[in-house]
Order: sequence, then C-alpha cells, then structure tokens
Amino acid sequence: MSDPVNSVTNTAVPVDNVTNTAVTADTRSIAAQAEMVTVRTGLPWWQLLARDRLALCSAAWLVFLLVCMAFGPEFLGKAATDINLRARNTPPGSTEQGWLMILGSDALGRSMLARLVVASRNTLTVAFTSVVLALIVGGVLGLIAGYVGRGVGNLIMRLSDVIQSFPSLLLAVVVLYMLEPRVANLIIVLAVTRIPSYLRVARAEVLEVRERGFVDAARAMGASRTHILWRHVLPIVAPTLLTIMTVDFAVVMLSESGLSFLGIGIQPPEITWGLMVAQGHNHLTQAWWLAFLPGLAIMSATLSANLLSNWLRLITDPVQRWRLEAPKADS
Amino acid sequence: MIPYLTRRAMHSAFALLGLIIAVFFLARLTGDPTDLFLPVDASREDRIEFARKHGYDRPATEQFVHFVGDVMEGNLGFSLRKQRPAVEVVLEAYPTTLKLAGVTLLIGISLAIVVGALAAYRTGGWFDRMGSTLALVGASAPDFWVAITAILFFSVSLHWLPTSGTGGILFWIMPVTVLALRPFGLLVQVVRGAMLDALASAYVKTARAKGVSESAVIFVHALRNACLAVVTVAGNLAVGLINGAVIVETVFGWPGVGKLMIDAVIQRDFAVVQASIMVTAIAIFLMNVLIDLLYAALDPRIRHQ
Repeated sequence: MSDPVNSVTNTAVPVDNVTNTAVTADTRSIAAQAEMVTVRTGLPWWQLLARDRLALCSAAWLVFLLVCMAFGPEFLGKAATDINLRARNTPPGSTEQGWLMILGSDALGRSMLARLVVASRNTLTVAFTSVVLALIVGGVLGLIAGYVGRGVGNLIMRLSDVIQSFPSLLLAVVVLYMLEPRVANLIIVLAVTRIPSYLRVARAEVLEVRERGFVDAARAMGASRTHILWRHVLPIVAPTLLTIMTVDFAVVMLSESGLSFLGIGIQPPEITWGLMVAQGHNHLTQAWWLAFLPGLAIMSATLSANLLSNWLRLITDPVQRWRLEAPKADS
Repeated sequence: MIPYLTRRAMHSAFALLGLIIAVFFLARLTGDPTDLFLPVDASREDRIEFARKHGYDRPATEQFVHFVGDVMEGNLGFSLRKQRPAVEVVLEAYPTTLKLAGVTLLIGISLAIVVGALAAYRTGGWFDRMGSTLALVGASAPDFWVAITAILFFSVSLHWLPTSGTGGILFWIMPVTVLALRPFGLLVQVVRGAMLDALASAYVKTARAKGVSESAVIFVHALRNACLAVVTVAGNLAVGLINGAVIVETVFGWPGVGKLMIDAVIQRDFAVVQASIMVTAIAIFLMNVLIDLLYAALDPRIRHQ
C-alpha cells in the first residue's frame, strides 16, 4: 500500500537521507550546499511523517491496531470467550482480577480487553477489504470512463449517480434484508456504496492528464491504450485515490459499525466493535464501559485514519508540501 | 439555464429509475419474493395464494411492467404488520424525519459557516486549530456511540435531558446535536477551504484595493462566494443526513422513517421497507432538482449559460 505513495512523494529524490536542517548544511562546502539546493525537491515520506507528530501518532496507532488484528485473536481468543462469573461486571482500571481485566469485564465476566482485540479483526477486515475492493473497481471504472470517453463513460457515470443519490445505510439495510447478513455480502454492499467517490476522482483526473504532453508523446510512439493508462496515467492518479482511501476507511468503518449496531451487520456469536456497543447499550446503567470502550476504539481508528489522510493530502499537494518540508522555525 | 436544468433533472430521473429497477430485480432475483413479503412461518398454501394474487408466478418482464405501473400509482404494497397500505405508513412517518433533518441542517449549516469562515480568516490561529480539530472529531465520531454516551451522561447521570421520545424542546437537544455532528464536521472543512480560495482571489484583492471595508470584504465578497460551496455539497449532505437519521431515530426512539424502516426490517415487513426506499428516492430526486434550481439562481455563470 505504501509503495505508490512512496514513489510519488519522492519524485526525484534518491539524493540522500541526511536531514536537511540548516546545521548540517552549514558544515558542507558551498558547492555541496548549492548542489543540495538544486537537487533537493523533497524529503522521503518517513521523514515527513516524523515531522508531523499527530500524523505519526495516528500511523503508529493504526499499525498497532493492525498488529492486534493479525495476531490478537490467536493469543486472546480463548480469554475473550472464557466465562468467569466471579469477575462479572468488573469496572475498568483495576488489575485485582488479573491484567486481562484492566479494561473491565462484561455481565458474564469475559475480559473486555480480550474481546476488543478479537473484535478488531472483524471490524478492520471488513472495513479494509471493502475499501480496497471499492478502490480497485472504482479506480478501473474511473480510468475507463475518463479515457474511453462519451458513450461508455456516460453510462458509468449515470450508474454511479444511482448509487450516490441514495443513502448508503438504507441501501445496505435493504440489501442485507434481502440477502443474508454474511460477512461477504456486507463487504460487497459497503464496497458498492463507496465506489462512486473513486470513480469520480479517477475520471476527473484522467480527463485532465490525458491532455498532457507525455500522453500525446506515448500515443505518438504507438503505445497501446492499456499501456498508456497503466504506465502513464495511473501513477499520477494513484496518490489521490490512496488519500481518498484513508478517508474512506474511516467512513466504511463507521457504516459497518452503524449496521452492526442496528443488528443488521455481522451477527453474533461473531463480534465487532459496533456490535459490542449495541450489546453494551442494554447494560448502560449498570456497566457503562461495555458500550463506551468499543465506541472509543472505533473513534480512535477513524480519527487516526482521518488525521493520516489530512497528512497524505498535504504531502501529495505540491502547493502545501512546503509546510512540512520547511525546517521548523522554533527548533 | 433551461438546458442545464433539464440535463440535471434527466440525470436525477435516471438515478431514480435505476433505483426502482435495482429494488425490483434484487427482490425478484435473489429468491422467491413471497419469502420476502410473507413472515417466515407462513404456510405453503398462503404462499401459493399470495404468489398468485400478486402475480409472482408470472414471467419477470410482465411482473416488472406491473411493478412500474404500481409505483406510478403510488401503490407500494400492503404492510402485513400494520394491515394498511405501506405508503400511508411511510408518509405518516416522514414529517417527523423532515422536521428533525430541517432543524439539524439549519443549525449545522449556520454554525459551520461561522466557524469555517472565522477559521479561514485567521489561518493557523488558535480558533482555526480548535475549529478544525472539532470538525475532524465530528466527522470521525460514530454517531450511535455519541448518542449513547450523551444519554449516559446527560440523562442517566445528570438527569437533565429525557433519554428518548418526542415532546418539548428538551427532547430535541440531544438528537439534533448528535445528528448535526457529522454534517458540521464536513461543512466546516468545505467552508474553510472555499473561504481560503475566496480570500486569495483577485476580486477580493480588487475590493481591498478599492478601499472596501474589511467586514464588507469578508461578508459581501468572500463569504457569499464561499457559500456556493455549501450548496454544491448540500445534496450529499442531505443524503448523509438520512443515514444519520436512521441511527439517531432508533437510539432516541423518534417515530420517523428511519426507525420505521429498521423496525420493518426486524419484523420482516418488506412492503414497508420497499415503500420507504421508494419514497426516499423520490424525495431525494425532488431535492436534487431544487438544489440545481438554487444553484442556478445563486451562480450567474450557470444562469447565463
């Protein structure tokens, strides 16, 4: 996932990874400095990330969640289903019942921490898969709509209008009513509702890029349509699509959680964070943490994704990028 | 202007038609429609009788013509649970949702314009940072969780506000706030961006060079143009608001169309689900046409096209 971003953000920069602060630059010869000034067009993306504390924290948190998703259920799967009636409704913040109860326990004495970790797999997998599916389908359709032009393009756009002009949650509710609320169906429905945003952006960018000189040059040299789209147009469109992907990750996670909360998404005994909020809703007055903590988990993930997408938008925008590249004035 | 409006209306109408077709085929092709319409425990004889009465044993094309005719006449099926035409049930629930959405939009939009404009005016200042953070949190927060947390805090602990139901102004505070959160978060970002563009534009420089007062520059020249951006996203906003209304109405027990639909799904009353979809689609179609009219009225470039 990070590869296309990387390749674009470093436009022409395999120069050096030495920091560009004034201090190190001063110790070099004037010629070297002059060379640095002319050659340096940007920092590698990890240095840019390190400069933005909020984005760095968000990225770290998302990586942590991914680790939970990948390995958590194997380690804590048993703890999440173990019933311990002696530890029923333990409030969070005490380790008297063991460290697994640090975030409290539910009415059956199951560890909240373990349940949150196990639920992260369903929640994040559904969101991530839907977004990737929407990205691929929407991106390809957008490239076609933009490059092939009128007839097919218009048809694709009208289809996206149909999807976009209707509330995504209602669409998902109806489809999941008609089909079974299985994970695969849920992913497809969520992906379909997100396709238009990729489609539109991809098409708009292609319409602009196809008029540029290098596309004309490639065409004049006899490159095929697929080659031009794949090698010349896609690399320019990709960073924008990836930025939308991070925002969409948050949007889809909220939709999935909402559906689970309404009881139309993933069904018990599987758990997701949204479903945990719904289950905790019934015990609100006795054990507030049952509904509060899973919601906090959702919020932490969506907020991180949104912060990260803001940062991505900043570094992929040549007009805004200097804000991160310029040496900090106060340090 | 007329060709523009006709083209836009055609696009919206196409979307409406597409949705009708989609609902029909999803309901027919994914299985026996009697399974959708009748309760799970209906007897075999009931199913056969129901299928014959509503023509589900005929070819799909014939059924489709019949279906489109019914939709045109406003006949969207009969609610099995309520024993009334489904359209009546849905239209009864609509005013509640429209009132909730209207109040929310009014408050959300005006607040977002003020916050977005002030944030753009002093970019990077404390207000900008606070407003942008608030907008980001608003756009990231799961609405159902905010609703539950608000109930926990303001109703269960403090006893200030009622937990659910409808009534006086106190019943409105939490639902409207929760529902406004996401549109507000989105709009602040839109207004801020549009305002930044407007403030950097040539016409604002001209106005300043002419010696127009600063307040007139902001409110007459910049903000009015930035508000156009709000109209552009108004359609998406209203569509998103219905998503929120489904959740908010369910949590706060408002008898609107969102709660009606979720209840119908849980009780497996397909006619009501189908009717809610159709009525919502038509409402969105009308709204899109209205937004296009408004846009043409506000932007002279479109009016004189």
